[in-house]
Amino acid sequence: MASFTSKPPKIEIKYTQIFINNDWHKATNGKTFPVINPSTGEEICQVEEGTKNDIDKAVEAARKAFHINSPWRTLEPSARGKIMRKFADLLRRDIEYLAQLETLNNGKPVTNSKMDIMGAAACIDYYAGWADKFTGETLPTTSDMFLYTRHEPIGICGQIIPWNYPILMLATKLGPALACGNVVILKPSEETPLTALYCAALIKEAGFPPGVVNIVPGDGPNCGNAIVLHEHINKISFTGSVEVGKKVQEGAAKSNLKRVTLELGGKSPLIICEDADVNFAVYVAHEAIFHNAAQNCIAASRTFVHSKIYDEFIAKSVALAKKRIVGDPFDPATQQGPQINKSQFKRILNYIESGKKAGAKLECGGEKANDKGYFIKPTVFSNVKDDMEIAREEIFGPVMSVFKFDSYDEVIERANATNFGLVAGVLTKDLTRALKFVQELQAGSVWVNTYAAMKAQAPFGGFKQSGQGREFGKYGLEPYYEVKTVAIKLLSKM
Amino acid sequence: MLSKLVSKQIINHGLRLTTRAASASAQPKLVIDRKPPVKFQKLFINNEFVDASSGSTFEVINPATGDVITEVADASEKDVDRAVKAAKDAFRLGSEWRRMDPAARGQLLYKLADLMERDRAYLAALETLNNGKPFKDSYNVDIPHCISVLRYYAGWPDKMNGKVLPVAGDFFSYTRREPVGVVGQIIPWNFPMILLCWKIGPSVATGCTTVIKLDEHTPLTGLYTAKLIEEAGFPPGVVNIISGDGPHCGASLVKHPDVHKISFTGSTQVGKLIGIEAAKLVKRTTLELGGKSPNIVFADCDLDTAVEMSHFALFFNQGQCCCAGSRTYVEEKIYDEFVQRSIERTKRRKVGDPFDESTEQGPQISHEQMDKIIDLIESGKKNGAKLLVGGKREGDKGFFVQPTLFADVEDDHRIAREEIFGPVMQILKFKTVEEVIERANDSDYGLAASVFSKDLDKSIVVSNGLRAGSVWVNTYDNFDPVAPFGGFKQSGLGREKSEYSLDSYSETKCVTIKISQRNS
Repeated sequence: MASFTSKPPKIEIKYTQIFINNDWHKATNGKTFPVINPSTGEEICQVEEGTKNDIDKAVEAARKAFHINSPWRTLEPSARGKIMRKFADLLRRDIEYLAQLETLNNGKPVTNSKMDIMGAAACIDYYAGWADKFTGETLPTTSDMFLYTRHEPIGICGQIIPWNYPILMLATKLGPALACGNVVILKPSEETPLTALYCAALIKEAGFPPGVVNIVPGDGPNCGNAIVLHEHINKISFTGSVEVGKKVQEGAAKSNLKRVTLELGGKSPLIICEDADVNFAVYVAHEAIFHNAAQNCIAASRTFVHSKIYDEFIAKSVALAKKRIVGDPFDPATQQGPQINKSQFKRILNYIESGKKAGAKLECGGEKANDKGYFIKPTVFSNVKDDMEIAREEIFGPVMSVFKFDSYDEVIERANATNFGLVAGVLTKDLTRALKFVQELQAGSVWVNTYAAMKAQAPFGGFKQSGQGREFGKYGLEPYYEVKTVAIKLLSKM
Repeated sequence: MLSKLVSKQIINHGLRLTTRAASASAQPKLVIDRKPPVKFQKLFINNEFVDASSGSTFEVINPATGDVITEVADASEKDVDRAVKAAKDAFRLGSEWRRMDPAARGQLLYKLADLMERDRAYLAALETLNNGKPFKDSYNVDIPHCISVLRYYAGWPDKMNGKVLPVAGDFFSYTRREPVGVVGQIIPWNFPMILLCWKIGPSVATGCTTVIKLDEHTPLTGLYTAKLIEEAGFPPGVVNIISGDGPHCGASLVKHPDVHKISFTGSTQVGKLIGIEAAKLVKRTTLELGGKSPNIVFADCDLDTAVEMSHFALFFNQGQCCCAGSRTYVEEKIYDEFVQRSIERTKRRKVGDPFDESTEQGPQISHEQMDKIIDLIESGKKNGAKLLVGGKREGDKGFFVQPTLFADVEDDHRIAREEIFGPVMQILKFKTVEEVIERANDSDYGLAASVFSKDLDKSIVVSNGLRAGSVWVNTYDNFDPVAPFGGFKQSGLGREKSEYSLDSYSETKCVTIKISQRNS
């Protein structure tokens, strides 16, 4: 049984300023903002508040770092990779401290923070290996021409990351951008800037030249927006909600047509077929929704269960949900920490009410788990109908919604009946059926007999309004380079 | 001082083998051990050092003195069997190696590179002791290049993607790139450490297991590297390293039915024998053989650079490079000036103790090689080429040959057609672009070539016309791990380094699954 300790462990906060040009700066507007511990609702510290002027400073620094003949532009590709791997090594070196800091700020259990950091380091390692391996092409053409493509870095990349996986998101963004030789201005979420600022110190220690990576904490409207609208930022990569994603794309086009990649929300289906092992299915479905307090773009928030195994599935899922240990994320027994903040907390509880009102059956949970902090009990709704709010909208909280189905064609149609299209999961032993699902589900990732198969090598991104572009894998490089085609006409007669 | 200039030229120009940062740190307060202790003399099989089953050994000579350094185990057919069996076991389905996360394979290569970096000074000294190349080359060029090659390959294992194919009919069809299996790799004596890493890299990256036969002249650094392989944490049997001769040990590896692929670097003559044997078992074969590479200097070149790089192109590594620029074609207009400057440069080339900081040229590898070189020099004189510098053995201890220069060489002279593999430069005159391309291509070899010219058009057109696997423009011996290297024609089959090298260590499997209905 985990506790809800009111006093967090003493963790030294080393970096609270804005990181530009490998240096620490105070906010140009002289302001700071509070960073909250979601386990207690109390302030951890104050962090410098970046706004437009700070973004302008960062752009200046990035521009210099990207100038032709700069140290970064002339660095051998393999040397870029080496510096990146050094950063990955430093993440692993400081994993104990970083995990504590991540848990303090985000509320995820410490073991999860450690997993995230190992994943972040693996992602950086993966992309470090690409630095000297992605190639342009020479092209066959008429004999009077030498025709080839260069893959050039785009330039200044603005990257805006969310609060649900602070360190992992930072690595996911930096990896491909740096592998391709770009320079970066990264804005961590105003909820969770602390580990990003510590990573900034590691970036300097790893040996990146000044101005290559700049980290500016701040909010969306004053800081993020400045990035989106900046005339001299060449590309933006945003991970967050669909609502804000649309604004980002709009702003990018309105300003200077900067290239855009978006990783947005989801309402992802997990489809459990009649031949799935029920105990296995219950376990997979449980983790697929509740991991990270369900604060996942990939959360399996629509669980479709074949009518033949539906009752057994519900009973076992409810039993498992009731056993899930919610509490102090520093307690090693804890499986689920708090939600990130009061606003999310309220929003989730509202959705739960709407589910009850709409007539879904509340099987367990459905309320807060503690008076202090933002803890919510693992909640299971059965008999959910496709048109309910809880069936259509992204809750981003620990609410499992279970739907019954009979035919496979029917469930595929229902699974696809959404504007989202991030991921989908299928549990079945049948080869042909699995491949049918794979083909017909409209999702950027389809997982068979597993869930959350996130790998550094596997491209990840959304169909439809779940986003555009891909992260991870070789495909993850594509948004970060410009193709320049060179044609040299040969004047001699040979 | 001059050697530092050449060294800098090598690093910044021709060989581009180290990063700027590394080359800056290449001259710290280095204590050179002129008598590095030999630590490993046995066969490395299954992560263990074992005597040859017959107990026999052979002598390893220091070519700078002709003296015996030590003895190492002499692998026979029986030992090849043992090594291949170890590699086969390590490759069986379900083994640790077959099940290993590809990224983890890469981490092992990074670790090996780190260990090599740790032991850089020792390895460089041992390489110089055994091979005779100047220590400053071993230290600043060979070992750093090895490290960069391993680090390059380390990034590949989780990036060798197959394809999902747009087939017709109700099928799901995709390719897997699988390791070819147990590979046999035979390396020569001229760049022992470098070739070892060119072989280990792709074998490990693709998930193969290997038996590497070191050249009998130069086994010492390879056997030390074996220890580093064990220290890095490679599972037993993944990399096996043995010392032995060609006719028994090498041949047995080539003929072995459990070896699925052979990679050989050495002479064209032996390469052909290997090709013939391998064909009997349809064994996949890659060969890196000899060359007689043309270096073409146009009148519109930067003459200073051209003279220095042409000198380097031939004389580097005592002339013992498969890709040595051994036919220097100089345009008529600048011919006399070029020859004059080359004479001066060649006369200045410092021959001596490879451990001396000022030495540019060490000994040839063996008495046999030395004799062969002198014989070819004599043929040059007989054929009527003008001997302008050197031409004789240097001293009477060790296998040193004077830096030698011939001008007015004709295409049909033996020294213009046969690979000398020694410090003997041939300068030939040409008039027109068309003529020189034809003469440059008139060879059964096709390993490398170079062009010195400031003209954009000419550089591209001539590069396009030369039948050679590597064409260097206004530079020479650029061996970036990213760039493929290999021969046209009888200079070899296949490419080493770069992404291109991975194919020869992979087998493509196409899997086709019937599905109920295919949609695009």
